[in-house]
Amino acid sequence: MSILVFIEQRDGNVRSVTRELLGEATRLASSVGGPVTGVCAAAADPGLAQLGEAGAARVLLACHERFAFYDGEGYAMAVEAAVRDVHPKVVLFAASAMGRDLAPRVAARLGVGLASDCTQVGVEDGALTASRPVFAGKALQRVRFPKAPALLSLRPKVFAAVSIAGATAAVEPLAVAMAGPARARVTRVAAVAGGRLDLTESEIIVSGGRGLKGPEHFALIEELAGALGATVGASRAVVDAGWRPHHDQVGQTGKTVSPKLYVAIGISGAIQHLAGMSSSKCIVAINKDPDAPIFKVADYGLVGDLFEVVPALTAAVRKLNAQT
Amino acid sequence: MGGNVIQVVCVKRVPDTETRVKVASDGRNLDPAGVTWVLNPYDEFAVEQALRVREKLGAGEVIVISMGAAGVQTTLRNALAMGADRAIHLRHEGVAPDSLEVARALEAAIRPLAPALVWLGKQAVDDDAAQVGPMLATLLDLPCVSVVASFELSGDAATLEREIEGGREVIEVRLPALLTTDKGLNEPRYASLKGIMAAKRKPIEEFAVTPGAPNIEVTALTLPPPRSAGRRVGEGAAAVPELVRLLREEARVI
Ligand SMILES: Cc1cc2nc3c(=O)[nH]c(=O)nc-3n(C[C@H](O)[C@H](O)[C@H](O)COP(=O)(O)OP(=O)(O)OC[C@H]3O[C@@H](n4cnc5c(N)ncnc54)[C@H](O)[C@@H]3O)c2cc1C
Ligand SMILES: Nc1ncnc2c1ncn2[C@@H]1O[C@H](COP(=O)(O)O)[C@@H](O)[C@H]1O
Repeated sequence: MSILVFIEQRDGNVRSVTRELLGEATRLASSVGGPVTGVCAAAADPGLAQLGEAGAARVLLACHERFAFYDGEGYAMAVEAAVRDVHPKVVLFAASAMGRDLAPRVAARLGVGLASDCTQVGVEDGALTASRPVFAGKALQRVRFPKAPALLSLRPKVFAAVSIAGATAAVEPLAVAMAGPARARVTRVAAVAGGRLDLTESEIIVSGGRGLKGPEHFALIEELAGALGATVGASRAVVDAGWRPHHDQVGQTGKTVSPKLYVAIGISGAIQHLAGMSSSKCIVAINKDPDAPIFKVADYGLVGDLFEVVPALTAAVRKLNAQT
Repeated sequence: MGGNVIQVVCVKRVPDTETRVKVASDGRNLDPAGVTWVLNPYDEFAVEQALRVREKLGAGEVIVISMGAAGVQTTLRNALAMGADRAIHLRHEGVAPDSLEVARALEAAIRPLAPALVWLGKQAVDDDAAQVGPMLATLLDLPCVSVVASFELSGDAATLEREIEGGREVIEVRLPALLTTDKGLNEPRYASLKGIMAAKRKPIEEFAVTPGAPNIEVTALTLPPPRSAGRRVGEGAAAVPELVRLLREEARVI
């Protein structure tokens, strides 16, 4: 019995969401049974021994030159090899760009089910259960796993990491037989301008909507985001109008985010927008229409003209930053 | 590429995104009463891209396929009205099976067609699983790129981009391949009146399918506790100091 965690790395850096998975694996190990083993596919060891502190007892490393970039087929073979090696009861992935592509491939190889984008995991009557938002967060589905191993992907920013001071993980090689280059081959990764954090990984998000009247006024949003150390998001209306790029869109057909603070400015709060952000821990809405639906989900609502309120808010936050 | 290039597009019938979710009496599924059904929004990008490839090649066939109850025929007609050539209905009444069983049924139907491209949406907006594409590719043993945001075909290879955290992966793949589509890939066309008329005469082949034992068991569907509306902090710029104080002292988020 054990728990296997897929260790996500890019460019030789273990991605932070991995620590969230290891944290949940560590908590699960007390009821499901341990140990917690990691599996990583990479071109070289990205410092896996350090993951002992995050909860991994052991990490299997599949090293291959194909793994310099993400390689869905090759990674799936590596995870399958690890499953055959450690016979885990549970396998955890991140519901990240990589994990969302990889986990279903592994499920199909093993002939088992997968619960994707889970926000809660538990054990009931000795059986593993998970909850996952469906219908864009309008409902929660609870599932069980009739086959073994149980495969789950966990939503980023929902599960807490742990810290076990001084622990190191044993790193062991994992053999994967692959012939030739990948059939779908990543040739390069183009960075998004500014190297900013992705919305799904941001602690604070400031989003703007059609209330901004034009793309030039997004400077107001950017200044507030700068003061708060936040990432800029947008409603679909402004993305469709070409004011902001697609990767900024929050909502049903954009990104699902769970930051600790979400500030919606000049956004009405259409059901499809709420779908992407209503699991945020704290929501602030700034809108001149007191009846805007966004106020129905906001923890703090401020009715007013954003062109007055936002500069005042930016100034107040800057003042606070200067004091602390 | 030449000859009769076959492309298959997998489409799902889903509740309209405006739907108010009600739980059925079994406590595990959506109550379908009063639901308006639509073609899954992500699948529209898939249909559109297949049509564009056919138009670029000036030849070939676009086959749309859907698994589900009798109602999916309407969804298939929508895709035919957009311009797909013919359709396959994998008939299955009752509660939809899990993603792996859907992928298995699709695999059995698609394999004999030997398509150059198989298209799916990145995710169905009802179960939000984002699973069927990579599962189906694995079963068909096709190279797969999911969540495609740009697509460029040259000969029997394609260059694609997919969005990842903080960047975009640029990917090369040789056909045949399976791709799942993201918003932003294209602007799906509306069905023209002529297209709607023509769709009525296009063939829909029907096969009954029996899914295997479930791989995931749904035990409950619940509505999340409504997020209680919080506090009106006040009006205008005058309320800003109070907002900042609350965010700092009460919510402790800044
Ligand atoms: C299938 C489907 C999928 C969709 N997916 C998404 C999605 O992923 N994300 C998404 O966001 N939407 C999505 N939508 C669109 C959604 O229905 C709304 O149209 C959209 O969210 C509206 O954007 P908005 O709030 O910026 O604009 P509006 O609804 O026009 O709201 C603008 C708001 O700004 C306020 N305002 C105006 N001037 C000021 C001012 N000076 N000061 C303060 N406030 C002001 C107004 O009171 C208003 O509330 C989808 C729709 C469909 C059908
Ligand atoms: N019943 C179905 N019939 C045909 N295609 C489907 C079906 N279910 C899912 N798909 C396809 O798989 C994609 C992803 O669905 P899902 O994995 O359920 O989120 C959809 O966008 C469709 O292209």
